[in-house]
Amino acid sequence: MRFVDEFRQQPLAQGLARALARAAERLPRPIHIMEVCGGHTHAIFRFGLHDLLPPQVRLIHGPGCPVCVTPRSRVEQAIALARQPGTILTCFGDMLRVPGHRTSLLGARAEGADVRMVYSALDALEIARAHPDRRVVWFAIGFETTIPGNAMAALRARGMGLQNFYLLTHQVLLPPALRAILDAPDVRVDAFIGPGHVSTIIGTEPYRFVAEEYGRPVVISGFEPLDLLQSILMIVRQVAEGRAEVEVQYRRAVPPRGNPIALRAMAEVFTPVTQEWRGLGMLPESGLGLRPEFAEMDADRAFPDLAPGELPDPRACACGEILRGVRTPPECPVFGTGCTPEHPLGACMVSPEGACAAYYRYRPHRSGRAEAAAAKAGDPEAAAAAAPAAGTPAATPGPGTPAATPAAGPSAPGGESR
Amino acid sequence: MNPTEGETDALAEPVPGALGERILLGHGSGGRLTADLFQGLFLPAFRSPQLEVAADQALVELGGATVAVTTDSFVVSPLFFPGGDIGRLAVCGTVNDLAVGGATPLYLTVGFILEEGLPVADLRRIVASMAEAAREAGVTIVAGDTKVVERGKGDGVFVNTTGVGLVPPGLRLSPRAIRPGDCILVSGPVGDHGVTIMALRSGIGVEAGIRSDTAPLSGLVRALLDAVPGAVRCMRDPTRGGLATTLVELARAAGLCFQVEEAAIPVREEVRALCEMLGIDPLYVANEGKLVAIVDGAAADAALAALRSHPLGREAQIIGRVASGPPGAVHLRTVVGGTRPLDLLEGEQLPRIC
Repeated sequence: MRFVDEFRQQPLAQGLARALARAAERLPRPIHIMEVCGGHTHAIFRFGLHDLLPPQVRLIHGPGCPVCVTPRSRVEQAIALARQPGTILTCFGDMLRVPGHRTSLLGARAEGADVRMVYSALDALEIARAHPDRRVVWFAIGFETTIPGNAMAALRARGMGLQNFYLLTHQVLLPPALRAILDAPDVRVDAFIGPGHVSTIIGTEPYRFVAEEYGRPVVISGFEPLDLLQSILMIVRQVAEGRAEVEVQYRRAVPPRGNPIALRAMAEVFTPVTQEWRGLGMLPESGLGLRPEFAEMDADRAFPDLAPGELPDPRACACGEILRGVRTPPECPVFGTGCTPEHPLGACMVSPEGACAAYYRYRPHRSGRAEAAAAKAGDPEAAAAAAPAAGTPAATPGPGTPAATPAAGPSAPGGESR
Repeated sequence: MNPTEGETDALAEPVPGALGERILLGHGSGGRLTADLFQGLFLPAFRSPQLEVAADQALVELGGATVAVTTDSFVVSPLFFPGGDIGRLAVCGTVNDLAVGGATPLYLTVGFILEEGLPVADLRRIVASMAEAAREAGVTIVAGDTKVVERGKGDGVFVNTTGVGLVPPGLRLSPRAIRPGDCILVSGPVGDHGVTIMALRSGIGVEAGIRSDTAPLSGLVRALLDAVPGAVRCMRDPTRGGLATTLVELARAAGLCFQVEEAAIPVREEVRALCEMLGIDPLYVANEGKLVAIVDGAAADAALAALRSHPLGREAQIIGRVASGPPGAVHLRTVVGGTRPLDLLEGEQLPRIC
């Protein structure tokens, strides 16, 4: 496959691994690198990249999965909306399985709610056009990669004069999340692998504070195995040489200033708001909500009284600490016991791109407690067998994953292929 | 569910039991949820020596002969797709479940559940396709049943087929026969069927030359068994859950560790591209005309040659071997030289957005 296989060549990967091993010898101490983006986490596990890293380099899986960071209260609200008569709730496929308090959107659908999986916001718009007698709600989640598509849907809905299209927004911005991680007292992150596809939209400027204020290197990376290995090498070299800069490894896709058209559309429709993150809590100016000019499309206004109020994260769950890199998944008391991919308690177990789900699926032996003990006793990363999401179910575009492919028509999720 | 002591909050969370309160689509995915349903509900109620084995086919002794029996229902949407239709699928699916057990498929029964309003022309086409597939597979359709449900209560046509075959005397294929040093073979590129269906459903279209591999495997299986008598340990057709789920099930049943080379697994270029686009893993995508065979390492080359000499096995490959390692694990060496374990498909495979 052209433009993909080139970035998966084993001789080059082995060459990069050797260069990494040499460069790591010059590190003053072992370092923790956070890959912020769920798409990166996915690739690291899918290609078993842990096996190619020197022991001085440990990877921490960050909060860059939009499905994972959507709080339970918002999921509950989406479920309540879906249950309204005359209403169709549309969302990305992997949002379907995310647990709210009592159930998930998939569960609500099994009970009769009209929940439809789509491939892009524009598909949701098409459903609204085809069903003028129904209220169609688009569950507009995502990072900077997905938000321009949500903006386009709102602009087009206005252009088409649609009166029955609404957005339930939970849109999150990456730089404020990085600041929150860096401001935490127990932060353990020495450098960041920056999400390449967020930077195709926002460019490199918004990360400068990470290098300048916090002295941590950022390398904005592509998503293929060679991209990631090269990015890790660039980070190791920065640390070894005592530099902290924002560098771009993913130069084939990232313009320094991002995508001005997308940024304009976002600014026209949305405005910064304080946003709740599953695992990280309330972060100021960390989200985008609809501007007052688009109030008539705001599901929060059109369906008042459906917000369930506060629903804090389950106390037993260590998601917050895992997202900040303070604990590894096996160190969580409910990992693999009370919290599994089928019945996730916390954000990181929800999506296949989440850190806990990736650990859970790709470690050959998993008895939560024994594993946690092993992880505490020894090296958790080395103990973690590497591998990606089995079956890799539908994922909402992470900050790293590219914008949705405009596929036609809604589709029943999954179903039987026989 | 086994919440940790003192973590009362975890107990307060609504974590349902293994089955939950309602049936979800994932319970039909062929993956972990399906296994939960079987183990938690069907097996306790219907317990029998054959069900305990949980193979694709049951073996029963009748009048001195070993008879293989299996049943399967088909609810595919759309009804017609490149490379097949629900009728062809219904015959091949059941024939293949018999064939991979080493049985010679002989007889099928067919049950139709039709939705009021279905065009007779569609039914005619489906039935003609079934008749043709039955001829290819060398089976005779000997009984049938028809029910019609009200409009809106079905999806055009649902088909159930039940198959009966005869196992040659002395032949016993079982995961328990697998030994370290055995080779793992696959009869051709994986993922064709599932990706065809997903592409149609997502509206991406299938003009890119992707087509379902739906085919009866009885001839291919016979060619393999005849070429390397006594060397075939076990066979499966990797349908729902794909190659990965099948390998994990075999490794667990055998209590051995499988080492598989990602680079050796054949996947068509078009299928790979579509999987990349949808964000799904072709190793977890359904096949309807592929064979996985575990064969004595000493006979692997002969087995490969036998598969490749058959029209349905021209692109067969040796993809790995049975090794020492954690029992029940399947380790995939990735294209860049890392390693990752494979696991059962979790829930329903949902196409990824990007």
